[in-house]
Amino acid sequence: MNTAKFLLIISAVLGVPLILTFYLYITEKTVLLFNYKSRKKVRPWLWLMPAFLLLLIFIIYPVFNTLVVSLMDKNSRGFIGFKNYIYIFTDREMLLALRNNFLWVLFFTSVTVVLGLILAVLTDRVSYEKISKAIIFLPMAISFVAAGVIWKFMYEYKPPGSVQIGTINAVMTAVVQGAEPKAWLFDKTYNNFALILVGIWIWTGFCVVVLSAGIKGISNDLIEAAKIDGANEFQIFWRIILPLLKPTLIVVATMMFINVLKIFDIIYIMTNGALDTEVIANRMYKEMFIFRNFGRAASIAVVLLLAVIPAMIINLKKEGK
Amino acid sequence: MKKLRDHKIENILIKNKISQKIIYLTARIILHLFIISFCIIWVIPTLGLLVSSLRTKEMIRTTGWWTAFSPPFRFTLSNYLKVIQTGNMGISFINSLIIAIPSTVMPILIASYAAYAFTWMDFKGKRAIFLIIIGLLVVPLQITLIPVLKLFNFFKLTGTFAGIWIAHCAYGLPFAVYLLHNFFKQLPNEIFDSAFMDGATHFQIFFYLVLPVSLPAFASLCIFQFMWVWNDLLIALIYLGGSPEVAPVTVTISNLVNSYGGGWEYLTSAAFISMILPLMIFFTLQKYFVKGILSGSVKE
Repeated sequence: MNTAKFLLIISAVLGVPLILTFYLYITEKTVLLFNYKSRKKVRPWLWLMPAFLLLLIFIIYPVFNTLVVSLMDKNSRGFIGFKNYIYIFTDREMLLALRNNFLWVLFFTSVTVVLGLILAVLTDRVSYEKISKAIIFLPMAISFVAAGVIWKFMYEYKPPGSVQIGTINAVMTAVVQGAEPKAWLFDKTYNNFALILVGIWIWTGFCVVVLSAGIKGISNDLIEAAKIDGANEFQIFWRIILPLLKPTLIVVATMMFINVLKIFDIIYIMTNGALDTEVIANRMYKEMFIFRNFGRAASIAVVLLLAVIPAMIINLKKEGK
Repeated sequence: MKKLRDHKIENILIKNKISQKIIYLTARIILHLFIISFCIIWVIPTLGLLVSSLRTKEMIRTTGWWTAFSPPFRFTLSNYLKVIQTGNMGISFINSLIIAIPSTVMPILIASYAAYAFTWMDFKGKRAIFLIIIGLLVVPLQITLIPVLKLFNFFKLTGTFAGIWIAHCAYGLPFAVYLLHNFFKQLPNEIFDSAFMDGATHFQIFFYLVLPVSLPAFASLCIFQFMWVWNDLLIALIYLGGSPEVAPVTVTISNLVNSYGGGWEYLTSAAFISMILPLMIFFTLQKYFVKGILSGSVKE
């Protein structure tokens, strides 16, 4: 490792907290310059300022700028109206990407939430709950990139007759008599589902953990009372657990929906959108860096933003209560 | 007569009890089988990667990784050496650290100032600004990429660590402010009132009172943000570009995937190098990681 980098680490690790602490110190000194009445007005803004400025420059201003850029040509020079949007909803590759995102939203969201719910309910009943939840949750710690490599290896395909080193094809050809190995990532009939499965593998643990906490929050007295009244396990699940868990389920489903809309890394690593696996976030990356068309890339981003607005409203309503 | 009938009923009851017990036991067995087999299926992909990364190139290409568990047991670390020396993974690991540490510390400190102001100060427009931050929680980063990239190009920040630090810092802020504000709100107000009465300044209260009692929240947030930055690909790709000198592990692996499509000895060991640190954090600090996720998604 070269010294320059080493010094950079040290100065960043020590410097960042120092500078930020110093900022607060200066802030408090500045506030003292004002008279007692003004201090109360000035102080909060100084405490807020670093966060506020960063959000303004890096998120709020870009939202509006992207809206403008999306109405302009590839170099952001000429105004071209809604042409980029028309392109998004007519171009074959784009329509494919939209279809695939729809598949992702539908299958990824429903499977992670339902599987998460089932596992949360079931692990609640065994003594090794903690370990089993940790195992299911483990992929959350891994990057999508590493997960992509892991699953590319799982799906590895060798022609029939040769030794299968990919786990899935090996298991399949060993268990099912006469089954042919399949090129999971290349066959257009199921490659999208093979990719969605990777997403499910990563995120199910998240749903389990959150839903399990929700289940633990349901009062035991209520369940005991139902048991005394003669309710069986299924009735308890459908009539008590599920209704009380509804708010948590909505939160989890919304989060999965927001995650999956932006899905990028898995596709970028595993297929890069080849063979009809394109998704909109990957398409946007290509428009930016391969086709150099900022107008189209911006309009894709705007479509993504529009898609999360319902989730935003749900969050704001919840906070408003 | 009566006795006989009682006896019969008793018999039926016992039989019922036995059959109930059998049903209960089978249900338990199915439950255990389901959970255990699910866990095994969930862990196999990662296990396969780890085992493969320790096998020689020829072995990986000609036999399944599960055959490594039968003799001859031949494991090697040469893949790791190769990928660190020639595959740029050593430098990338350091780059990832350089990127992730300031990108974790900076937003959390800045967010804690903002959260402090939201919790214990009164000012005009407080509610509106807080709602904006809540709204920003779900804004897809994609919408910011083009303007920020242009800004970075203008200020010559593209391809620099400083640029990506600030970007990650800004992107991490909404969640950090939200989570810390939720935590601060629960702290008892009496302590602060009495501290004020004693003439403590906000600076003192923040560093001597709020920071120490909020350590669990800070720990959760640190782990969360660190993992997010460490595992990020998109932001690094866009603001750092493909230059190997500054590339973090995720970008380097994606380059390796492109150049060695079937070079599993490289890919598996590189992927595992990228996973070591998050996995260690996961196993030692899982409690805080889970807490962070819960406080971010379920409001108590």
